[in-house]
Formats: sequence, C-alpha cells, structure tokens
Amino acid sequence: MANEITVPTLGESVTEATVAKWFKTEGDAVKVDEPILELETDKVTLEVNASAAGILSEITAKEGDNVQVGAVLGMIGEGGAALEKKEKAAGKPTNVPAKSEEAEPAPASAASAVGDDSDKLSPAVRKLVEENHIDPSEIPGTGKGARLTKGDVLLFLKERGENVAPAVQPPPVKPADPRSKDLREERVKMTRLRQRISERLKEAQNTAAILTTFNEIDMTNVMVAREKFQADFEKRYGCRLGFMSFFVKACIVALKELPAVNAEIDGDELIYKNYYDVGVAVGTEQGLVVPVLRDADKRSFAEVEKSITDLGLRARDGRLSMDELTGGTFTITNGGVYGSLMSTPIINPPQSAILGMHKIDRRPVAVRDSIEIRPMMYVALSYDHRIIDGREAVTFLVRVKECIEDPERILLAV
Amino acid sequence: MSDSHFDLIVIGAGPGGYVAAIRAAQLGLKAACIDKRGTWGGTCLNVGCIPSKALLHSSGKFEEAQERLVEHGVKVGKVELDLKALMARKDRVVDDLTKGIGFLFKKNKVTGITGTAKIAKLGEVEVMGDSGTDTFTATNILVATGSTVAPLPGVVIDERRIVSSTGALSLTKVPKHLVVVGGGYIGLEMGSVWRRLGSKVTVVEFLDAIVPHMDTEVGAAMHKMLTKQGIEFRLGTKVTGSKTTKTQVTLTVEPKAGGDAEDIHCDVALVAIGRIPFTDGLGLEDVGVAMDSRGIIQVDDNFKTNVDGIYAVGDVIPGAMLAHKAEEEGIACVENLAGQVAHVNYDAIPSVVYTSPEAASVGKTEQQLKEAGVEYKKGNFPFTANSRARANGYTDGFVKIMADAETDEVLGVHIVGADAGTMIAELALAMEFGASSEDIARTCHAHPTLNEAVKEAALGVEGLPIHI
Repeated sequence: MANEITVPTLGESVTEATVAKWFKTEGDAVKVDEPILELETDKVTLEVNASAAGILSEITAKEGDNVQVGAVLGMIGEGGAALEKKEKAAGKPTNVPAKSEEAEPAPASAASAVGDDSDKLSPAVRKLVEENHIDPSEIPGTGKGARLTKGDVLLFLKERGENVAPAVQPPPVKPADPRSKDLREERVKMTRLRQRISERLKEAQNTAAILTTFNEIDMTNVMVAREKFQADFEKRYGCRLGFMSFFVKACIVALKELPAVNAEIDGDELIYKNYYDVGVAVGTEQGLVVPVLRDADKRSFAEVEKSITDLGLRARDGRLSMDELTGGTFTITNGGVYGSLMSTPIINPPQSAILGMHKIDRRPVAVRDSIEIRPMMYVALSYDHRIIDGREAVTFLVRVKECIEDPERILLAV
Repeated sequence: MSDSHFDLIVIGAGPGGYVAAIRAAQLGLKAACIDKRGTWGGTCLNVGCIPSKALLHSSGKFEEAQERLVEHGVKVGKVELDLKALMARKDRVVDDLTKGIGFLFKKNKVTGITGTAKIAKLGEVEVMGDSGTDTFTATNILVATGSTVAPLPGVVIDERRIVSSTGALSLTKVPKHLVVVGGGYIGLEMGSVWRRLGSKVTVVEFLDAIVPHMDTEVGAAMHKMLTKQGIEFRLGTKVTGSKTTKTQVTLTVEPKAGGDAEDIHCDVALVAIGRIPFTDGLGLEDVGVAMDSRGIIQVDDNFKTNVDGIYAVGDVIPGAMLAHKAEEEGIACVENLAGQVAHVNYDAIPSVVYTSPEAASVGKTEQQLKEAGVEYKKGNFPFTANSRARANGYTDGFVKIMADAETDEVLGVHIVGADAGTMIAELALAMEFGASSEDIARTCHAHPTLNEAVKEAALGVEGLPIHI
C-alpha cells in the first residue's frame, strides 16, 4: 500500500510553503519518521518526515514548487516495510545506536510514539487522519500509553476548524431608526480624488500585512542646528530650513542601509530599488496628496526644502501633474502639523513602508541620570510585514532617530 | 533473613490475595499468603464463583437434555438427575482449582500458611493454626480478607433450611420450593440452578427491580426471560421474619410500600441480600486502620490504609465485590510496592451475571449517563438478527453500546445473551484503550460469531447497522 507524503499543517495563518530541498531521490528507501524533505514558509523551514517505511516511489512536488497545506508531495511505496519489520524483529533497541547514521531516532515525545507507525492507530483514528490529511504526531493523545483516540482527533479538527473559519454568527442587524434622517443628513458625491484615496487606502489594508513600530526622537540638536543656521540658510537659498529636509535625509541613510524598506512586492518577486523617490504627504482641501521628491538622495538640504515647498504650494492649488504624484519608493507623512502626537499611517502601495512624523512636544525625559525637559517627537513606521521583518523596521526607525538626534551622522552617513 | 520475616504478608488467599502474593514473589519480594481455610482460593474458588458455575453448567446440561435436545433431533429417552454425582463433579472442580493455587505458590516461591491471622502490631502477624500460634514479621501487610454474607434481621441462617450461598451450593436434595431472598446476581444464579433441577423458585426482592446495579434495560430483559423460565418474582417486598420447623420454612413478607403481611412456605430459603466486608478478628482497630461505618477499609490510590505498612484490596475496600476487581487491585498494589507504577481503571471493569441468558456489562449504565447529564448515542442489536445465535438456537438478548455523542468514545456496553460473559471482554479491552464505537465497528469480526452482534451494535451507534 502506497502512503502519500503530504504538506503538514504549517501553523497559524500559514497555508503555503515552498519545497526547499528533497533529502531523498525517487527509489530511495525511507524509514518511519526519517526526514525526507524540507519545506520553507514565511516564518520557518521545517522537515517533513516519512509517515511510513518504504521506497520513495514518486516525487510530485519539485524543489522550488509552491505547495498548499495538505497537498501531496510524493508517495512512499511498499518495499521498505518488510525491511522495517525485519529490523524490528531483530531487536529495535539495539539497531538504533548501531546504525545511528541511517536510523535517526525519533524525537522522544509522546505524540511521536503515536506517529511511530501509522498502522498502530485505531481504525477510526486512522480513517479520520487520512481523510483530513493530518499528521497524527501533531495531536496529543489521551488514550492508554498516549495513544490517539477518535475524540482526540475530533477535538483537534474542531479547534483547527475554528481557527480557519470562526463559526461566529454576525450579530443581528438592528432595525433601522424609524425617524427620517433626510433633513438632518446631506448626500454629496465623492470627488475622484476622495474615491481614489479610499480605494488606495483600502487596497493597502487588504493587500499588505501592515504593522506599525514606534520610537521617539529628541529634537534638541536639530532645533539647535536650525536656529544656528536659519539666517544664513535663508539668505543663501531663499527658503527656510525646516525639519522635513532632515527627516528626508535621515530616511535616505536608513533606506540605504535597509533596502527592503525601499522595495516592493510584484507577484512572487521582490523589486529592490536603487533610487530614492520619497513621497511627502500634503494635506489639501480636497484631501491628501502625496507628491514625490525624485532622487531625494542626490538633492541638497536646500533643494529638498525648495522642492517640498513648491510641491506643497502646487498641491494646494491642484496644479500637480500625474507624474509628480506617482512612482514614489517611500513616503513621509507629518501629522504633527495638525497636532497629532501619535498615529499609525497607512502604506501607499506598492510601497512597503511609510514614516509618520508627529508634533514636537516639550516633555520631561530622563537624560543620563537627570530629568530634563526636551522637545520630543514620536515617530511611527508602518510597514508591510510580508516583505519587511520586524528587525528591519525597528532598525530603520532607530537609524532615523539616531540621525535626527545627531545630525552630523547624516553628513557622515554613519 | 529469618524464615519468619517477609517483605509482604498477604492475609487472605482469595483472588485478590493469592494473585497479589504471586505477583509480589515474581517481582522479587519474599511473600507469604495466609488463609484460615484449609484450601486456597477464598470464597471465589471454594464457595463462590467456581462451584456456582459448575452447578450452573451441570444444571444447564440437565435442562438441555430434558427440554432442548429434542429440537436438535437428539432423542435421549428418560432423563434422570443424579444430584450426588452432580455435586461430586462440582467438588472435584473446586478441589482441582484450589490445589492448582498451591502449585502456583510453590512455583513462584510464595510461602502459603494455613491459620487465622491477626495483626498483633505494626509489621507483626500472629497466625493461629492447628499446631499453635506462630508469629511472623513483615515489611508490608496486605489485607485481602474478602467478604461474608450480609445477615438479614429476623432470618437466621442455619445452612440447613435457611441457607446462604454456601449452603445453596451443597443441598443434598432438590427443594420442592426454594425461596430466594434478594434479586441480585447470587440469588438469580442459585435460583436458576435449582429451578433447572426441579425446584419451584420464588425470588423476593426489596427493590422494584432485579439486578438493580445493572442497566435498567438489562434488568427488565432479565426479569422477563427468567419469569418465562418459571421463576416467580415478588418485587418491592420485604421479609420481616421467619419460622423454621424440621421440614419447613415460613417466611413472613409484606409489601415495602405498606400492606398486609403474608406467609410464604417453602422447604429451603436462601438469603442472598448482599455481602459485607470481612475483617473480624484481624486486629485492624487495634493498629488504627480506618474503616467506615459499614466496615469498609479506607485506602488511597496505592491501596495503602491510613497506617503505614498496611494495605488492603478486594471486597474489604470500596467498589464492586468482584473477584477480577480484587485481582487487578492486588496486582496494582504490589507492583506499586515493588516500585512500579500501576493503576486500576474502574471504568473498565466488567461484571457478569451467569444466568441463562447471561448478562454482562462494562462501563456506565444508561441511567448513570442520564444522571450525569452526559450526551450519548446508543446502538442496540438483538441476537435474533445474529446468524450464529440463530444457528445455535439461543436468540434471547441483545448488545447495547453507548458512546459519547461528541467524541464517540465508548462509555458503556450491556449484553444479554448466551455467551455475554465471554463477549464482554472485547468491550473491556476497547474501553481500556479509549476506543470509539467506530473503532469497534471498523474492527473485523469473524463470521458467523455471536460477537458480530457487538460490531452491529457499534455500527448502530451511528445509526447504520447492516443486518437490521
């Protein structure tokens, strides 16, 4: 009797894996519980063990193939079974240490004692696990000697089923308020921009796995630098030295260090971008627009400031071209201009991250061993967890913080 | 080590005691087993399970020869009873088996001691035998002294006219009218024996049902079948007094609910209202062993009493008074003493009534499940639909399986049928392993066998039996 090798349950919210490596080729003999291939998921790589002894008769999923939970990876045919039985008869305790290389001892858990031999499952349990493509070793057994009972499997299926599709009924819809709202409500057609905004924001939330990380920045040094050079800067370039240029520059430093933050997902490929087009969100009467600062890494502080001022003014007047509104690789939004202390911005797809700046607030902070009043700003980085790991996101934000707290770092790119 | 010191002294050589002693010796303990009866095996082998089964089998043959062989085309002419030979055979069976235990003691190096034991003090047992009193010391003492007949106020057992189960096993004449007080398994089995041998049998039971500890469906079926066989039942009736003459017993009975008293005349009355723990003269009170008001010794999960070094198993501790329950406890107790970890699963202890048909149970009764509020599904299969039962000509009875509505785990099985006592083993094994009804239904059962009815009942739990 041939046994199917199937993709085991991969864990919460993971339904797909990639076949990373087959340890065996067709025709190889396999033992029970011997690792036969490796699967890769977003979170982990895991080994799939043989559920029965025999010959690996067929490989249906090749290395690099994407496979769903429960999918058939290959088949184990008869042939090894006789061998296995013979070995057992020869004395199981002795053959393990003697042939330690071939016969990998199974992990000594109660559950694996069950999975040891699928033919040791009770008939009802065997039928259930086969029908539902479950690895019996994943289920804790409550029977004699930790054997699986039918109840154990049913409970496991019930719990798993609830995770996949909660059987929660939506609450009954409340009857509509009988009073007419006509006179107290106003219906207005959405502008194209508003429609587009709502579409894009919802698209971002539906597609990306958005997560936000926070940090706080001591603005003292930047403020000191601004004060010190404001007059000279204005005289020379004809524009004010704002905070925005510092943040754009700090982000460039961090983006160069963490390319995933500047990348995007296209189908099953990642596009890493070696240019830095930074979108700067601007609030207008019509709604939010995000003009793009092209090649921000190549611009001086003054050029950044001038461009932002220019883009902002034209955005307010609605005179931005479509070109200027598309194609950013990263976005900065400043809710602080409206007084926001903290927020979780939404990514601007297909970008993978957005930095949220906030209001500068004078707050008591611990500086070394004393409490001082410092101008502080909370910053937030919302990012697409599909492409950016937590470590990268947090490191990115820390780099931005370091650069703003010590602006010389921007100069030296350290 | 001296000959008078043991690692374990077992008091009582019934199924609990002798089995414990043998296992202890197998595990390397120096073990002794003391019994005051001259033969090993306790109540079970001497005056209980074994002789009653011998009589049930012999009386069954007699009835078969009289009434049933004809239908199989076997003509036997005039059938006569030789009660003496019948009893002699029974005694031979008992003799062989009790001697067998002596052989097992020798084989396993258990020291068998005949005499009346008393725990003199902690770790010391005095044995009064024919040749005087000996004293033995022991690291551990296991009390397995079993049970004795529960007395009925106003009805004094003389073992001639008014007998206990012991006397009922050795009557020298078939009574014309036997009144059995108590509708439990002992009364029904002994009543069946003497009815088959020619007695008129009346069973007087205080409760409103016979075999009250069994599933109500089983009780009802048994009541109907035994009535059909000719046993008369007086349920809800209590016995208030008795009078004995040389040849006659008069029992005064009255309805439990109140009403006029009435006399029943018979030539033998059997008192079988139950059994009580037997610990008289053991000196348990003196060493401080805790017992409840009914004399039942209190033990922990390892069968240890409240006194260190004193253990107890079998009929003297709580639970059903069954030989096989005592055996399991005896083995678990000494295995724990020897450093192993052993348990008794009280949910999977079968019980059997050896009437015809037999009744056998394991697990919970339907009324217990209802009381506990457990959701269950039930499969029921009658032997009339089983091909082997039909071929054999014994189609009375049924198999009833109840399983948890959610997990399908088998919770209780009740069989009434010709070989129920043997068939129940399959279910005890299944329950011990936490089997579901589907596990039983998916296990191949040989055809044609009575056990196919078990499979069909299991299929019936899901509502899909094949043969009905």
